[in-house]
Amino acid sequence: MSQDNAHAEHYHPTWKEYKWVALILFLITVVEVWVYYIPELVASKAFVPGLLIMSAVKFAIVVMYYMHLKYDHKLFRSLFVGPLLVAILTLLGLLFLFSKIAIRLSGGG
Amino acid sequence: MSASADAAHGHHYTTTGLDNRKIAIWAFIGSECMLFASLISTYLIYKGKSLVGPFPHTPWTDPSSGKVFPAILNIPVTSASTFVLLMSSLAMVLALSAVENRGKPLPPGAGAWDKALTSSKLWLWMTCLLGAGFLAFQAYEFTSFVHEGLTIRRNLFGSSFFTLTGFHGAHVTAGVIWLGSLLAIDYKRGLQPSDALAVDLAALYWHFVDVVWIAIFTLLYLIPG
Amino acid sequence: MATVAASPTYTASATPQRSRLMSWLTTTDHKVIGTLYLHTSLFFFVLGGLEALLIRWQLMRPNSVVLTADQYNQLFTMHGTTMVFLAIMPLSAAFFNYLIPLQIGARDVAFPRLNAFSYWIFLLGGVFITLPIFFWVAPDGGWFGYAPLSGRTYSPGPNMDFWVLGLQILGISSLAASFNFATTIINMRAPGMNLMRMPMFTWMSFVTQFLIILSFPVITIALVFLQFDRFFGTTFYQISAGADPLLWQHLFWIFGHPEVYILILPAFGLVSEVLPTNSRKPLFGYPVMAYSGILIGFLGFGVWAHHMFAVGMGPIADTVFGLTTMLIAIPTGVKIFNWIFTMWGGSIRFTAAMKFAIALIAMFVIGGISGITHASPPSDLQQTDTYYIVAHFHYVLFGGAILGIFAGIYHYFPKMYGRTMNETLGTWHFWLNFIAMNLTFFPMHFAGMLGMPRRIYTYDAGQGWELFNMMSTMGAFLLAPATLIFIYNFFRSKKHGEPCGPNPWDAPTLEWSIPSPPPEYNFAKIPMVTSRYPLWDLTHPERTAEIPHTQTGWTEATQQTGEHDMAPMHIETETRTAKELGIPMPSSTIKPFFVALGIVLMFSGLLFLPKGMKVPAFALMFGGTAMWVGYLYAWLTTPLEDHH
Ligand code: HEM
Ligand SMILES: [Cu+2]
Repeated sequence: MSQDNAHAEHYHPTWKEYKWVALILFLITVVEVWVYYIPELVASKAFVPGLLIMSAVKFAIVVMYYMHLKYDHKLFRSLFVGPLLVAILTLLGLLFLFSKIAIRLSGGG
Repeated sequence: MSASADAAHGHHYTTTGLDNRKIAIWAFIGSECMLFASLISTYLIYKGKSLVGPFPHTPWTDPSSGKVFPAILNIPVTSASTFVLLMSSLAMVLALSAVENRGKPLPPGAGAWDKALTSSKLWLWMTCLLGAGFLAFQAYEFTSFVHEGLTIRRNLFGSSFFTLTGFHGAHVTAGVIWLGSLLAIDYKRGLQPSDALAVDLAALYWHFVDVVWIAIFTLLYLIPG
Repeated sequence: MATVAASPTYTASATPQRSRLMSWLTTTDHKVIGTLYLHTSLFFFVLGGLEALLIRWQLMRPNSVVLTADQYNQLFTMHGTTMVFLAIMPLSAAFFNYLIPLQIGARDVAFPRLNAFSYWIFLLGGVFITLPIFFWVAPDGGWFGYAPLSGRTYSPGPNMDFWVLGLQILGISSLAASFNFATTIINMRAPGMNLMRMPMFTWMSFVTQFLIILSFPVITIALVFLQFDRFFGTTFYQISAGADPLLWQHLFWIFGHPEVYILILPAFGLVSEVLPTNSRKPLFGYPVMAYSGILIGFLGFGVWAHHMFAVGMGPIADTVFGLTTMLIAIPTGVKIFNWIFTMWGGSIRFTAAMKFAIALIAMFVIGGISGITHASPPSDLQQTDTYYIVAHFHYVLFGGAILGIFAGIYHYFPKMYGRTMNETLGTWHFWLNFIAMNLTFFPMHFAGMLGMPRRIYTYDAGQGWELFNMMSTMGAFLLAPATLIFIYNFFRSKKHGEPCGPNPWDAPTLEWSIPSPPPEYNFAKIPMVTSRYPLWDLTHPERTAEIPHTQTGWTEATQQTGEHDMAPMHIETETRTAKELGIPMPSSTIKPFFVALGIVLMFSGLLFLPKGMKVPAFALMFGGTAMWVGYLYAWLTTPLEDHH
């Protein structure tokens, strides 16, 4: 902390960056919807992981650039990423517990 | 500069030098992650478990009446509303940067677009309108689902779908009201760089609601099953 | 000096009764709010205790008819709900309020009005959920409210409506407070008070706030589903619509297990203050204590299904949750050993607070060990839903949380009221309480092992349970006089206790450097801290010689505000008014109260829906909403402080 005032003069992205972010968001959304309409792709094994990755990328860039977590105080990053991890792990845990794998293994079936 | 601005506002010393409100909103957003994770988990757990239709991705024939209910999700409409919400986030960052840069001289040779970028009113209006547009899409979606026979009581899908997207819609509504209040302040006395934090808080909330939708759009609408 | 200390500036003028009420309704002072929390939750503690007495009276003998099955269900549900949400949590909140700002060297919490709001909505929510017991229409589905049993089909009456809505209201209180305290601890620490210098109570409270932030949304959603099922006919817990009967259980315990740590960690924090002070030695293994608290908090999110071993989750889930449960016992055990090593070689002073703190260690070990015996699924199948579980959680909750809170009350009473509590009565209270609690809860292990199920309103003779039940009931009736002694001592000492100075226990942390009770602004000058035990640095430097002393953070702090408002560590005995000192204080306001009231009215409206009484239902819902939205708007547009 070398700056002498309370608010760090952190780097602020402007229209130049923002428009690219918006464009990427738009394009990914277009691709997402497009693949949804291609039956061969929907049938492929890569479909669901592909969609998940695309939406994770969208999620991440909104959080990093629009919510400026990339440029902001580290504290905010931990305040967000910590709970997000707990939330994702809980979600995965629940999906597992209600899944066929967990249930099939029970009761010797 | 900001130290004196703070002193003028009667702000006190803080350990990190950050504003309390910004820490609180991030803690709140962290909490909201768990809220939506619970809703989304439930939706996914109940996916494919409904005993009667209509279903989201597949048609269903009512065994008693023989009536066929088509797959209910309307991807083109939701894609459009998703696009609207994404663009509202763009408008929101532009509103914030307009407030932050209020009073700074424009560079020489600035055109009409550069001028437009300095108008916080314009971008707040845009954000609100796009948010309201999203809500309009949702209202349309909900009413058409009800017409097609899917209510919140109909089946597990209806219950979990309407509750999850309804919660999200309620968050968008709160966001529109919040931004509308900022807009009112802007008209009343003009938002100044010293108000940037207040706008930032609303913006963080708004973008968070947007990223939740990014997850919902993929998990509910695009992944079939 | 003592007289100065005993008469705080903010109550100096004798205030007539009515304006006293107004001053409570409008206060934004964390200390006043803290004492409001303390009194309210002690009241609920007594109420929950009375409910328990009725339960024990009914169970004293086989086939007794003191209560009907229905009344019994209401009583055990309300006993659990009251103790968890209206007694222990808010007792902890009383200490969060009173102590956190004092321990970190702040003048108030980050959001004083939000703090007032948290209290009022807790009080109103508590009244909301408690009132029906006086008309025998109280919730009757257990504190865990298992759906589908708690759904409209099996619980058609208004009973569970009160529970669903009441918990929803109380959740708002806890969440609002948690954002407030998390922010306070992150951002309002005095210069030099880095994380590794925070008093252990503040540390444990910090972890607790994150547990609340992360676990309460889950119960909120589980309750929203139940609420929608009950009021709007959704199908979340409708088995006939294909719903999974385990959904509620999972969501509830994802909240429920972190919740038990929410109940215990603040008490752990309190004894971590009492033990070093009265052993006249620094806390043993301070960093490990802090880290084990964090670890407990984190692991606490990965053990929930140990409450569900009996439902048949499959071997993978059973193994994983069994292992994580055993794992979480490790950081808990670390704490136990650290407390023992803190006392080891110390010159121990057996104050009432110290007795309670030491008893906590012993009792919690019993509860922890029985916990580990049901961490293993095969073993748990013998124990689950029996009185053995009831024994377990009473050892951790009464033997842990409640004893810790009593330790905290005896220890911090002098800070709150400028007088000490009577030690002789305290000792009586301690021994009676200690004997009675063991008499009440220890036999439950045996009854449980002999197969006595929990949540039953009566039982047949001849199963070997009579003696144990009789003992438990005797113990419970002995707990009543113990508590009475405490209550008497508490209220008597406020007026007639021995007046004391800023630091009656010769304790090491910041809250003891200011007058007792503290002036409204707490610290005339924000203290600049150089170590973990600032007061011992002044009075017993030999105790803290081995702890690093630095002035980290001082420069940044003075640059932010200028030096005039801060001063190196010293003991403050003089009190002046905030005005004289030029310290801006938050102005008092009634708005948070009305926001809380509006929300409670809004929820109350729903109660009328199932009866088809649309007019009062919508009047209350819309009226309440208009009220809270309006007052919230007024609140947000009014600055916190009067001055300009
Ligand atoms: C050493 C640490 C602990 C372990 C290993 C442990 C383990 C367990 C297990 C496995 C159960 C479920 C038993 C069953 O229903 O079959 C249980 C129940 C319970 N535990 Fe613990 N526990 C521990 C500490 C605590 C603490 C610190 C608290 C609270 C302060 C607590 C409160 C409870 C409560 C209230 C229940 C019963 C919930 C109900 O069914 O109503 N436990 N514990
Ligand atoms: Cu547990």
